[in-house]
Amino acid sequence: MSIESRLPARAGVGFKPVHFRDIVAAVQPLGFFEVHAENYMGAGGPPHAQLSKLRADYALSIHGVGLSIGSPRPLDRAHLARLKALCDRYQPESFSEHLAWSSHGEVYYNDLLPLPYTEETLARVSEHVDEVQNTLGRQMLLENPSTYLMFAESTIPEAEFLRAVSDRTGCGLLLDVNNVFVSATNHGADALDYLARFPLERVKEIHLGGHDEQADDAGAPLLIDAHQAPVVEPVWALYAHVIARTGPVATLIEWDNDVPEWPRVLAEAQRANAILGTAGSAKAA
Amino acid sequence: MFAPVQSAFAAALLDPERPVPAGLSTHTAAPLNKRFAAYRNNVVVGLVNALGTRFPATQRIVGEEFFRAMARVFVTAHPPRSPLLMTYGDDFPDFIAGFPPTAEMPYLADVARLEAARTRAYHAADAAPLAPEEIACLKSDSLQGLRFLLHPSAQVVRSAHPIVTLWAMNSGERELGPVEDWRPEDALIARPRLEVEVRALPVGGAAFIVQLLAGQTLEEAATAALADAGDFDLARNLAGLIGAGLITGFAIEEPRKELP
Repeated sequence: MSIESRLPARAGVGFKPVHFRDIVAAVQPLGFFEVHAENYMGAGGPPHAQLSKLRADYALSIHGVGLSIGSPRPLDRAHLARLKALCDRYQPESFSEHLAWSSHGEVYYNDLLPLPYTEETLARVSEHVDEVQNTLGRQMLLENPSTYLMFAESTIPEAEFLRAVSDRTGCGLLLDVNNVFVSATNHGADALDYLARFPLERVKEIHLGGHDEQADDAGAPLLIDAHQAPVVEPVWALYAHVIARTGPVATLIEWDNDVPEWPRVLAEAQRANAILGTAGSAKAA
Repeated sequence: MFAPVQSAFAAALLDPERPVPAGLSTHTAAPLNKRFAAYRNNVVVGLVNALGTRFPATQRIVGEEFFRAMARVFVTAHPPRSPLLMTYGDDFPDFIAGFPPTAEMPYLADVARLEAARTRAYHAADAAPLAPEEIACLKSDSLQGLRFLLHPSAQVVRSAHPIVTLWAMNSGERELGPVEDWRPEDALIARPRLEVEVRALPVGGAAFIVQLLAGQTLEEAATAALADAGDFDLARNLAGLIGAGLITGFAIEEPRKELP
């Protein structure tokens, strides 16, 4: 029995404990909150008290950052069991993870690291997604990464790789529009071309966040997915482009570092709500 | 094959002396140093930040620059073994104790132990304290074989230095100033409800609680505490635990029968 991912098609926010008092002080114009699974794997205390309260009032997305689905090595069964316990306890509307790896051998690197896109890795990632979905008893969403490098052995464009994983496993996709912009800029590619290849009909959640701007060895722009700033205008434009094609889709604002006051984060979410609302009424008309 | 490329990638993340691994590319002919450095930086800075968040008083005592340099050495030598970052740094205090540049600050590792215990208390299982009336109704003739169950968050850190005072002064709990009475302090760290609390224990209190946490009877714990400190005050220590809401249950063991 598999539970489908089903977040409401409204704006949501990545929950930060520093905002808890502000959030519960009023009814927020939000469809859902998202949390990083690994922060809620302790036995008790304030994290579970806060998550229980949020879960009672809003839809919930549990977003894993530590499963290392893109690794050629087997999944960490103990970690998968922890994810299952968390999903069983909170019954989230959605569970998602990344097309990336974060562990190798005994070490956890705490970052979303890149993989080549080949028939070999496609088979491996698909096996891992199958294992996650079978274990959790629910559909998962797989997110496109921000990347700073490519692999000489890659043979499949990223958007087509994600489409193939979705075809083989039935997983949904989480489209991070900031990641599309970051990766396209870093690889001298066109974000609109990427989106034209992307199977938008499989997208069940969108992420929007800020990035940092650096330069590579040749002085070319090197954007870093840092979630430390507002969403930039070109990403809002890409987002509107996507929503015009998909209709309203659950959209998350991610602001994980240099976190501002709650009203500033909420303003970003309201901007997403406005774009979703326009798309919703256009569809209805 | 990705596996060998991934192994080289992983090894180079924590070792800046290693060259950028083979098999990587970009859309131009430019060298890949800064691109690979973005991953190295995410890994190392992310973990250093995680330690800074877990050990804020330790960081305040040595200063941010020193702390981050020390944390960087720790991160490269002891990267996380689990995706549960809430446990990362459990062995950082032991590392500090053996880190030569902090030899002049023998109290630093103990302050870090106190901070590590605070995170464990924060995430520990919840449990409801017994009401004082429930404990008061224990009859004195049933005290033999009595064991108290303490809150799952309760931990003791013993020190030859005033670690509770140092922690309080460097965490904003108390005004920063010279420590006038430099003497050993044992800390009790616990989270009976939603707030993590830190207390300095009275004499013998640490030995007493350590025994209770190990599952010893009240009598055995009191005996151990008296051996540790001759003026150990059982009533005061017990009242302290009850008042803090740290006794969550009890069990009374029938006296053992002689084996036939």
